[in-house]
Amino acid sequence: MFVYADNAATTCVSKAAVDAMMPYLTNNYGNPSSLYSFGQDAKEALEEARKTIADIIGAQPREILFTSGGSEADNQAIVSMAKVGAIKGKKHLISTKFEHHAVLHTLNALEKQGFEVTLLDVHEDGVVRLDELEAAIREDTALVTIMFANNEIGTVQPVKEIGALCRSKGIPFHTDAVQVAGHMPIDVNEMNIDLLSMSGHKFHAPKGVGVLYAKRGMPLFNIIEGGAQERGKRAGTENIPGIVAMAAALKESVDNMEANAEKMIAMRDKLFAELSKIPHSKINGSLEHHVPGTVNMCFEGIEGESLLLLLDAKGVCASSGSACTSGSLDPSHVLLSIGLPHEVAHGSLRLSIGEYNNMDEIDHIIKVVPEVVSYLRSISPVWEDLENGKRPHLI
Amino acid sequence: MALYSDKVMDHFQNPRNVGKIDDAQNVGIGEVGNAKCGDIMKMYLLVEDGVIADCKFNTFGCGSAIATSSMATELIMGKPLEEALELSNKAVVEALDGLPTHKIHCSVLAEEAVKAAVKNYYDKNGIEYDAEKFAQVHDCEHCAD
Repeated sequence: MFVYADNAATTCVSKAAVDAMMPYLTNNYGNPSSLYSFGQDAKEALEEARKTIADIIGAQPREILFTSGGSEADNQAIVSMAKVGAIKGKKHLISTKFEHHAVLHTLNALEKQGFEVTLLDVHEDGVVRLDELEAAIREDTALVTIMFANNEIGTVQPVKEIGALCRSKGIPFHTDAVQVAGHMPIDVNEMNIDLLSMSGHKFHAPKGVGVLYAKRGMPLFNIIEGGAQERGKRAGTENIPGIVAMAAALKESVDNMEANAEKMIAMRDKLFAELSKIPHSKINGSLEHHVPGTVNMCFEGIEGESLLLLLDAKGVCASSGSACTSGSLDPSHVLLSIGLPHEVAHGSLRLSIGEYNNMDEIDHIIKVVPEVVSYLRSISPVWEDLENGKRPHLI
Repeated sequence: MALYSDKVMDHFQNPRNVGKIDDAQNVGIGEVGNAKCGDIMKMYLLVEDGVIADCKFNTFGCGSAIATSSMATELIMGKPLEEALELSNKAVVEALDGLPTHKIHCSVLAEEAVKAAVKNYYDKNGIEYDAEKFAQVHDCEHCAD
């Protein structure tokens, strides 16, 4: 059995997306910047996609900027707000410890250019605290950027309240909504969001296309120079097939959001319930504030990469925050940010479910994960020490 | 293109000589690595007439950590202790048809695990040795603690 349980990494391209993009991969290859009607047809498709996406998140079409994906959108939002802030003498940026690297590395680069960055704690439950955000805000704060939901542990942040707080202080608020778009409702007005990033391939569009929403009046600086596309804010001939597919995929995901969420939550909760029966396991992040599809757990005494490879051999695609899977010495910064000790974080497993999964697949996962964990424990000197009391159990 | 060579995957999925040997006068046991870094290897050597008559390992770690331990046991099985001491991480990597660059660390750990087990046997039996031969290569900040 083959089970794809890594939907937080990427998703399959839906039929709706393929059908929508196909004409633009074949007959309708015109450049939307061209004057003749063959080009203008492409322009029309581009603007229709923009309107579809704007409508879904409660934005105006002119507030939607197409990018190459979530990382580019994050970069442009943060760098733009930093530059605007710097002009006004504001060089302080606030974010959290467990952001995606597209945010953290951008902040890091700005730090080297003289900006000051405050990274908020996300506590054991993986949720940022409003009072701590309020306390961190300064006169010279130029931007607050806090992800909508975490990509590894799936915890959802109080975005609406964060937005309201930022608005009351006159500070732009950006949120990386890559894990949320298509899976949970987004309304940029109701949620007080000034800038928002999304990525098509997380909701069944192809890779290489994303969106930056920027509320009217939020000045944007180019990351890519070279043309008048996207109102001059993002040069390069538009990825029409990708954009059209993204709009179709998002519309389909949103049209079926409730039913999909119900199905995914049932599968997710079964995974949590059954895999929690493995002794010395732990669920990572609050279950109260959680995206529908993500399961992140730690199993003591084993290492994540060997777990993933053995699951792969049994047909299960999953991911882990262990150091060995990241190619560095340290386990995932997300797992460390919620207070997990290194040795526990190494034994993490992320299963992310999508609406294309079914209960038979979940049952397969529930069968093979305990087998693999127990095999790896049987050859692990760490587990031996834990069992004979030479090393204290941490979970 | 897979992450690892076929040989690494074989030794990872079907590790040779997994297990333990009960402690005794003629058994050398060595443990190296750090759980904080994500890999610990424990090597057991049963020595008869100066030769490794049996060899077992337990490993906590990634696929290549398990594969390098397994290969190391194969390379030293039946060899005189002095020869086992000559086992280099490079020999383990070559026998596995290569490792990704960031996994070379695992082969170093395998070499050190064998040496730690030999040292334990020498210490236990009052056998003199050249301490130089057991100098560990710390390539990880947590392990160096």
